[in-house]
Amino acid sequence: MTVENNHPITEELISEHGITPDEYQRLLELTGREPSYTELGIWSAMWNEHCSYKSSKKWLKTLPTEGPRVICGPGENAGVVDIGNGEAVIFKMESHNHPSFIEPYQGAATGVGGILRDVFTMGARPVAAMNALRFGSPEHPKTRHLVSGVVAGVGGYGNSFGVPTVGGEVNFHSRYNGNILVNAFAAGIAKTDAIFYSEAKGVGLPIVYLGAKTGRDGVGGATMASAEFGADIEEKRPTVQVGDPFTEKCLLEACLELMKTGAIISIQDMGAAGLTCSAVEMGAKGNLGVELNLDLVPVREENMTAYEMMLSESQERMLMVLEPSKEEEAKAIFVKWGLDFAIVGKTTDDLRFSVLHQGEEVANLPIKELGDEAPEYDRPYIEPGIHSGLDASDVEQVEDLNAATLKILGSPDMCSRRWVWEQYDTLIQSNSLQIPGGDSGVIRLVDDNGEPTGRGLAFTSDVTPRYVEADPFEGGKQAVAECYRNLSAVGAEPLATTDNLNFGNPEKPEIMGQFVFSIKGIGEAVSQLAMPIVSGNVSLYNETNGEAILPTPTIGAVGLIEDVGTMARVGGAQDQDAVFLIGTEAEHLGQSIYLREILELEDGPAPQVDLLTEKMRGEFVRAAIGSGEITSCHDISDGGLVIALAEMCMASNKGMQIDVNSNHPHAALFGEDQSRYILTMSEDYANMFAANAEGSGVFFQRLGTVTGERLAIGKYVSLSVEEMKQTHEAWFPDYMDGNMAAEAAE
Amino acid sequence: MKSTVIQFPGSNRDRDMIAALTKINGEAPSLVWHTDTEIPATDLIVVPGGFSYGDYLRSGAIAARSPVMAEIAKRAEQGVRVLGVCNGFQILTEAGLLPGALMRNAGIRFVCTNVKLKVENADTVFTNQYSRGEIIPCPVAHHDGNYFADSTTLKQIEDNGQVAFRYAEETNPNGSVNDIAGITNKTGNILGMMPHPENLIEADHGGDAGRALFTSALNIVANEAA
Repeated sequence: MTVENNHPITEELISEHGITPDEYQRLLELTGREPSYTELGIWSAMWNEHCSYKSSKKWLKTLPTEGPRVICGPGENAGVVDIGNGEAVIFKMESHNHPSFIEPYQGAATGVGGILRDVFTMGARPVAAMNALRFGSPEHPKTRHLVSGVVAGVGGYGNSFGVPTVGGEVNFHSRYNGNILVNAFAAGIAKTDAIFYSEAKGVGLPIVYLGAKTGRDGVGGATMASAEFGADIEEKRPTVQVGDPFTEKCLLEACLELMKTGAIISIQDMGAAGLTCSAVEMGAKGNLGVELNLDLVPVREENMTAYEMMLSESQERMLMVLEPSKEEEAKAIFVKWGLDFAIVGKTTDDLRFSVLHQGEEVANLPIKELGDEAPEYDRPYIEPGIHSGLDASDVEQVEDLNAATLKILGSPDMCSRRWVWEQYDTLIQSNSLQIPGGDSGVIRLVDDNGEPTGRGLAFTSDVTPRYVEADPFEGGKQAVAECYRNLSAVGAEPLATTDNLNFGNPEKPEIMGQFVFSIKGIGEAVSQLAMPIVSGNVSLYNETNGEAILPTPTIGAVGLIEDVGTMARVGGAQDQDAVFLIGTEAEHLGQSIYLREILELEDGPAPQVDLLTEKMRGEFVRAAIGSGEITSCHDISDGGLVIALAEMCMASNKGMQIDVNSNHPHAALFGEDQSRYILTMSEDYANMFAANAEGSGVFFQRLGTVTGERLAIGKYVSLSVEEMKQTHEAWFPDYMDGNMAAEAAE
Repeated sequence: MKSTVIQFPGSNRDRDMIAALTKINGEAPSLVWHTDTEIPATDLIVVPGGFSYGDYLRSGAIAARSPVMAEIAKRAEQGVRVLGVCNGFQILTEAGLLPGALMRNAGIRFVCTNVKLKVENADTVFTNQYSRGEIIPCPVAHHDGNYFADSTTLKQIEDNGQVAFRYAEETNPNGSVNDIAGITNKTGNILGMMPHPENLIEADHGGDAGRALFTSALNIVANEAA
């Protein structure tokens, strides 16, 4: 149905655009008259939660975003961090939750496409990708279909585009049954003197449309992403965009070529709310007006209205302000790559956003107010209640700890993710040093001739939603601390983070409380661990029929390895190596995997992170790894000591003889006390290591020796590495193949 | 010897291939765009991996009809060595320069993993620095690597010794008939293979078993190789 621009603005229409009566009054004043239909669409696109951050802005402002290496923090397409040698890493994580639930393949694919574009818009060639995926319970009838579609979509886009996927997360929980999470991360590398920003400069300069043509796909996508799901979900399918990784790959090469010519004054990708958001952002940032003529926009469908063109979220498009003397040179590059290049407007000095279509001015709005005057809410919140303590002696200890270990190793959340990451190209670009399956993904840095520099970048993505649910503040801290730990475990100095905050409906005070206290926890941790947040994304309203997801503030982090020759891996332990624990014997079973998988309880407080201890142990571990004497290293997280040891044994294909003798063996083995690591090294180095640990004041304990083909832990556990591997590798492929045995075992 | 890499829109392992050839050959390959109708003097033409034209038709089908392909066929006829890896293999079969076809993986899904390859024929210009029967590791990363040929063609390929590599030790990742991972044309100067030797040429890659393919193809004596 085509809606004319002079369509009457009814209360119903306003409500359909997600605009509240108060917000409408405000935009009436700012417009100075009743808006046209197109204008209503533009206001709605700029003022929805997804684009305006109206519920979250107040709290996001409290996050530490600065540091000595930070070149550009939040507010641009992605964050920029100095990595030395005249280079910067540019990265961001962003959600594509709602579209992926409606149409998993395209939703996930365009999520990957969007984040890659954010990175190369700034002049960086993408070098690494990760994705954090959260699905409903494995028993839920939609889960298998969603896993299959999302993983294929992530792979389908990233593989074709040509970026290695080096890490990520996959978790299952019934609270994601009606609302899965797809958080995509991308990082690229650029020269520090060739970074491109979105702020328009200069009056009367041409605005150029680049990339793919505009269609009707994704119209209203950002507004859809700012609302809860109800029963009408099938009707929302047309709001999902369709990805074209081939065009994006051509767009990458064309943009990087164009950037070398000096033709670009500013550039912005078209993401949420497409042409509207990109044009307004470029103009408003530069204190300039923008005039667009939609008759000049390349389209792939006939008879599109101005409204549809302004709100289309067709993918693989960019907008730039062109240096006029370079027009022919710039155009030739895009012709070579088979992409559209069209001058569609100009910058003006009147601070208006003016849109022309078929000889008519269909919109004329104040450009600064579209962004800056967006409503900002101080939503009421309730301080989350915290679980009372849960002493290990009050937690049942099952008799057969062998069976418990195997059950956890083969459980949906703890089993090998090989089925997932073998569908991603992890090797392309020839620089992957650690692919998924370890603590962090690592790529090596190369010079302009492709020669390795000896340095590397490490990437990890973490959050433990059950901790955040139990205690948003501690859970927020833990998400950052786990990133810090995963980077430290490979020997990488943590540099900076990006946050992807996934929560339910912020209009509910208890959800807002989760959000506020998570941010407080994240803020405290990134401040003390010196990992400023340089980019991010907020995804609210993750609810279906009133039930919210687990609070899931995903943190993506980047670390720098000065000498990849000393880098540690989870596998690499040698026969007769000494095995050390950094940290103390565990006691904390609250919210543990043991509690959930073995006793079927989700109870107790989340473990606490002492950030000073975290920092001290992390620094010690990195220094130890830097000595080049560490043969393998792993942090202790979900499942506790026994699972960390099992993962090291499986990765090294070696057994271990471990000495543990405890009054509460279930807590010692499965407790999830934080800030702990396991390291292996030759026996010759063991004394030196112990002396260094003592000198550094960190708690440590000699656990045992690498030997044989079994993981043997005191009198409690004895499992062959082969048996553990079989169990660990079995669940995912069995489940995805619809193997009933896997489900019966649930 | 001189090498050349052909680039199509959507090629994405071209950079990996250029890096490998530069390191092993000591000089960068010439780059030829798909619309070019001339290729500079060269001893080895490489059609690299990727998703030319997005693989939106059959993999390699559109690229196989690019202007540059006629020139590749002409050079191959004159005896120039031609190597197609992954999408390059798909393009060479679509262009009719190699027999058979590459279908969707038997498991339907894209697969990136390490496989074992058995060197079936060590007498080709691409494999003469391996020994016959040698088993090497090699990564694969593809969605359409399921090699197929009709029984008559298959018999000819096998009888002529055109199978250069087979997946070994039950690592066939895609359902290829006879575990075929790489084949040559009848005269042996064109090789197509799904695995990526360019991703296995140095210690950082976890091994350098892919190197001998390039030193063979470029007539670099093993002990001269850097």
